[in-house]
Amino acid sequence: MLTFTIRRLVLAVPTLLFISLVIFLLLQLAPGDPMAQVPLTVPPEVKQQMREALGLGQPIHIQYFKWIIQFFWIEPLNGIDALFGTGLAEGKLRVISWQTRSPVIDIVIQRLPQTLWVVGVAYVVGILIALPIGIISAYRQYSIFDQAGTFITMIGFSVPPFFSGVLVIVIFSVQLGWFPSIYDTMHVVDDWASFKVQIWQMFLPVMVLALQITSQISRFMRASMLDNLSHDYVRTARAKGLSEATVVLVHVLRNSMIPVVTVIALGVPSIFGGAIITEQVFKVNGIGQLLITAIQANDLPMVQTLTFIFAILIVLFNLIADVLYGLLDPRIRYD
Amino acid sequence: MTELSDPLDINRPPSNRWMEVWRQFRAHKGAMAGAMVFGLIILGVFLGPFVYPHDPQYLPSGRDFITLRDTRPIYVALWDPSAKVNWHYVLGTDNLGRDNLARFLSGGRVSISVGLTAMILSIVLGTFVGLIAGFFRLCDGPLMRLTDLFLALPILPLILVASVLFRESLALSLGPEMGTFLLIVGLIGLTSWMQTARIVRGDVLALKEREFILAARSIGTTPRNLILNHILPNVMSPILVSATLGIATAIITESALSFLGFGFPPDFPTWGKLLNDAVDRMTLYPERVIWPGTLISLTVLSVNYLGDGLRDALDPRSRSR
Repeated sequence: MLTFTIRRLVLAVPTLLFISLVIFLLLQLAPGDPMAQVPLTVPPEVKQQMREALGLGQPIHIQYFKWIIQFFWIEPLNGIDALFGTGLAEGKLRVISWQTRSPVIDIVIQRLPQTLWVVGVAYVVGILIALPIGIISAYRQYSIFDQAGTFITMIGFSVPPFFSGVLVIVIFSVQLGWFPSIYDTMHVVDDWASFKVQIWQMFLPVMVLALQITSQISRFMRASMLDNLSHDYVRTARAKGLSEATVVLVHVLRNSMIPVVTVIALGVPSIFGGAIITEQVFKVNGIGQLLITAIQANDLPMVQTLTFIFAILIVLFNLIADVLYGLLDPRIRYD
Repeated sequence: MTELSDPLDINRPPSNRWMEVWRQFRAHKGAMAGAMVFGLIILGVFLGPFVYPHDPQYLPSGRDFITLRDTRPIYVALWDPSAKVNWHYVLGTDNLGRDNLARFLSGGRVSISVGLTAMILSIVLGTFVGLIAGFFRLCDGPLMRLTDLFLALPILPLILVASVLFRESLALSLGPEMGTFLLIVGLIGLTSWMQTARIVRGDVLALKEREFILAARSIGTTPRNLILNHILPNVMSPILVSATLGIATAIITESALSFLGFGFPPDFPTWGKLLNDAVDRMTLYPERVIWPGTLISLTVLSVNYLGDGLRDALDPRSRSR
């Protein structure tokens, strides 16, 4: 198992390097100029110096190398400094945002909790809804519940979040006035009442995201359960007199969870992508919204870092899914 | 005469494979409904302008601007007699006095064209990579690693970034509309071929071991003819299914881009752009949000059902049910 994990880890390194190269080269082709906002009265020599100060005058491979060093060496060192109060990264140049002139990672860390709150809760809620739906639809295949479930999952697949989000705002916050339409990130949870307000304002974005997650995972759960229900071991379990609940919820469920767990792990990064849109609809100032504003403001270091963070999430969760699959199903550990 | 069997007898075993597929497909109610709805939407947006010849770009000027802007759809008059409606504008007008229905029709044309073109691009790329990787052992490793790498890219952020970076230069050389169209189609196509490539490769690997390929090879068929005449026709069914589902993904991605403001320019509406424009005034004019949103959802839903039915009809394993 250890060698399997290590091999997967080693494979992740070239993947990450390739992705970082793609992102870097893509942004190198950017026609936007960070000096565009500098007044025209500034002479061209000074502008050239400013450009060099931003590290823009050097050849591409040196820029790429420096960015990699900054991202993988200096930023983690800064993290260690912040945690333990050491001075390892003093005087080293960090990745600086062109918009705010402050380190990119600091801004990302400010924005991350909002995204994690909404996305994380939505993911958990979505899974909790999806699993029972999948189990019941498979156990009662072609029943009314199954037909309705299939239809709802189809709708969850087909209605894009920017429409379902706007629709629930029109219905629940404009017409009925039940929930706020804008997520207030300044809200501090310190007592029961404020916690209730937090739940209230999270309800709509979480439900919009959860609908999508539910439709994906419940379909997988249903397919996997159906696959297992027709196996011989189920008949054996019934024949030796186990109760139906034990057969379905212990024997079949445990075996059908193997692919579903990996699908759950694989789905995490795409949910962050979906959160870009949901954040825009509900005005949550998380990292998705940060990415959109950074792209609009031509803030290359910010865009580079955020896109790369999304890439790291994808690679990380692919790795987790692989290792989990190996842990749960010994047959695929081909080492 | 009455003794002759009816040539159109439905219980007669079908004579060829595609007849059988069609019979299976017809039995799938959701797929038939999906096909019909999708067909209607395509007919509507492409033939609609002949039935309803209003210019989506027409801006009324002077006094007309005041009287014609912000009219409601005519059905609103049913429950709200004070609503400002105009019988010439079936679905009302927007805040600049442009005809909503004409805009939805022209937006639909763009959205569906983007969906179809991007799907074709991604299918061609995916099939090509899959065929080459499956057929030539030497290319298999590198091409599949490349596919894995593409699957690990953060697609939506990258499309957003790229659509901003390349818009200006393409718009300058090809005009704002054609430039954006090619850019968005290219971006969606280039980032969605991986699933098709994997499926096709898997099928080609299995087909290569079959006797008829050996037979074709033994009579001296060149690899090119082997792929085009023997392998490609046999991997058509998974390609068809992923093509159908690809239309849905492409339409959703394009709408998401337009919704975030990274898609087509403002005077060149698509469903996603129309939805985005209407969000600010959705409390006063909910129809401007609901119509484009429903059209997107309905198109994607019908395409998904169509793909589901196709998969059931084409997959021999599900045929026995």
